[in-house]
Amino acid sequence: MSPEMIRLIAASTGETLYMVAVSAGIATLLGMPLGIFLATSGKGELFAAPWVNRVLGVVVNAARSTPFIILVVAIIPFTRLIAGTSIGTSAAIVPLTVAATPFIARLIEGAIREVDQGLIEAARAFGASPLQIVFKVLVPEALPGIVLGLTLAVVSLIGFSAMVGAVGGGGLGDLGIRYGYQRFMPEMMLAVVVVLIVLVQIVQTVGDLLARRLNKRVRQA
Amino acid sequence: MNAPLGHIGDQPHQRLVAAEPIVRLDKISKIFAGRDGQAVTALQKIDLAVPQGSVLGIIGRSGAGKSTLIRLVNGLEKPTNGRVIVDGADIAALPEAELRHARRSIGMIFQHFNLLSSRTAAENIALPLEVAGYDKAAIRTRVNELLSLVGLADKRNRYPSELSGGQKQRVGIARALATNPKVLLSDEATSALDPETTRSILDLLARINAELGLTIILITHEMAVIRSIARDVAVIEGGRIVEQGDVFDVFTRPQHEVTRSFLADETGRALPPYVANRLGPEPERGGQAVIRIGFRGPHATDPVLARLARDLNVEANILAGSVDEIAGRPCGTLVIGVPEASLATTLDFLKQYGLDTEVLGHVA
Repeated sequence: MSPEMIRLIAASTGETLYMVAVSAGIATLLGMPLGIFLATSGKGELFAAPWVNRVLGVVVNAARSTPFIILVVAIIPFTRLIAGTSIGTSAAIVPLTVAATPFIARLIEGAIREVDQGLIEAARAFGASPLQIVFKVLVPEALPGIVLGLTLAVVSLIGFSAMVGAVGGGGLGDLGIRYGYQRFMPEMMLAVVVVLIVLVQIVQTVGDLLARRLNKRVRQA
Repeated sequence: MNAPLGHIGDQPHQRLVAAEPIVRLDKISKIFAGRDGQAVTALQKIDLAVPQGSVLGIIGRSGAGKSTLIRLVNGLEKPTNGRVIVDGADIAALPEAELRHARRSIGMIFQHFNLLSSRTAAENIALPLEVAGYDKAAIRTRVNELLSLVGLADKRNRYPSELSGGQKQRVGIARALATNPKVLLSDEATSALDPETTRSILDLLARINAELGLTIILITHEMAVIRSIARDVAVIEGGRIVEQGDVFDVFTRPQHEVTRSFLADETGRALPPYVANRLGPEPERGGQAVIRIGFRGPHATDPVLARLARDLNVEANILAGSVDEIAGRPCGTLVIGVPEASLATTLDFLKQYGLDTEVLGHVA
């Protein structure tokens, strides 16, 4: 493998990491409150607002069922508004974030709904406010599940990021298509796939490890 | 903020005679909107007064409404009609913020403990204090006091998954006591525990009641729980209180069918099968009448059968029986068979001694 190829792979890996890290970060900041709200605003729940909950649910589902490549193109005006341009690695962060936010929100909602209802009752019984219940009971108890959900979201983002080559986003996926496929360089394709596999393995292993350390539900060996 | 443990117990006797009960339910009814819009009546016409420092046991079958009833006391449920007065405040009418404040003086423990798995024993106990805004030093002192009160000082840094059921419930009790409540609500707190652990948890609750003067309201489906710590009992069935009173009275002279069926499992009340199977409603020629005799208080240990034989010359067959202690007072049950011919005189004789009698039936 030529030094030039290695340089290309390194640069693309950097772009992928940059896009995934920034979009995962922003999507977590947005998805976390959204997920918490979805999990606590149903009928009879802490912040009961069944209609808002239902409307948000529909919006989240719509965003999640739109194929990512269509989403990228469809929100180009929005991307231009936020990033100033619709082309390039930084611009690609916008659709990645838009796709990941509802996904993360649903994962966090799921993790929080796993928390035993008895804990909410106990916290209400000793005088906790709804916000105290969220931050002192629900989030800490759901943390292992939240970490696993975020791990899944990052792995998915690594996959999604391969598609933003379509708008000049760069990254490993783009490299694989342009060199490996269009220029008939199977060794480049292989190298890209190997790097992606290694990335995903690292993310998943770290996530699993962290979730296990946070989970006090099972006896520590 | 950080009152010593003895705070409430300093003047228990004054409190005991106080006229106003600490918890009072006034003409409570609770109607739920069930599925397909049909209203479900969970509670109706409930009146209940719990004096300061007492232990009230509420017993009922599952679905009788006892869970709803106990949740009214700390406002986890709101009554459809009626008032819930706790320590002078109308719980059902308080705005949310004041209700949260009022809940600090009403502790609650649960069947499944409801501890946070992500917090250690000490951190679980600290949670109500954090929520109430205590400072770190005060929390540390209070948590240490509570850990020794419940006998878990050496388990402070264990997570709930590393504790036994009884230890978890001790953490639950310590957490419920953290903010110095005046009332402790116990929602089937021993139902998930084995008999021996149940014993130790009930002993702890009795000790807390005696030492801290804390009023305890507990719901259960086990008469054994009531008899070991409650002084008063209310029997609930179909959303109504069907019988209530002093535990000793209710246990020795149950009036309602439901109470009797709960007591049937108690020692000495159930007839042995060889008697029960032969029992008929009509007297038989040359047969025997089966009488249950209840001995209460001072008469519990009277040699009544010997007197029956000596004074009336009636020879009684002992079919079943036991002598026991309920709420600290002796009581006994004896099931005997006497010849039909001497039934009337026997009953008169027993009544003279102030004993409760009940003719259960007749055997050939």
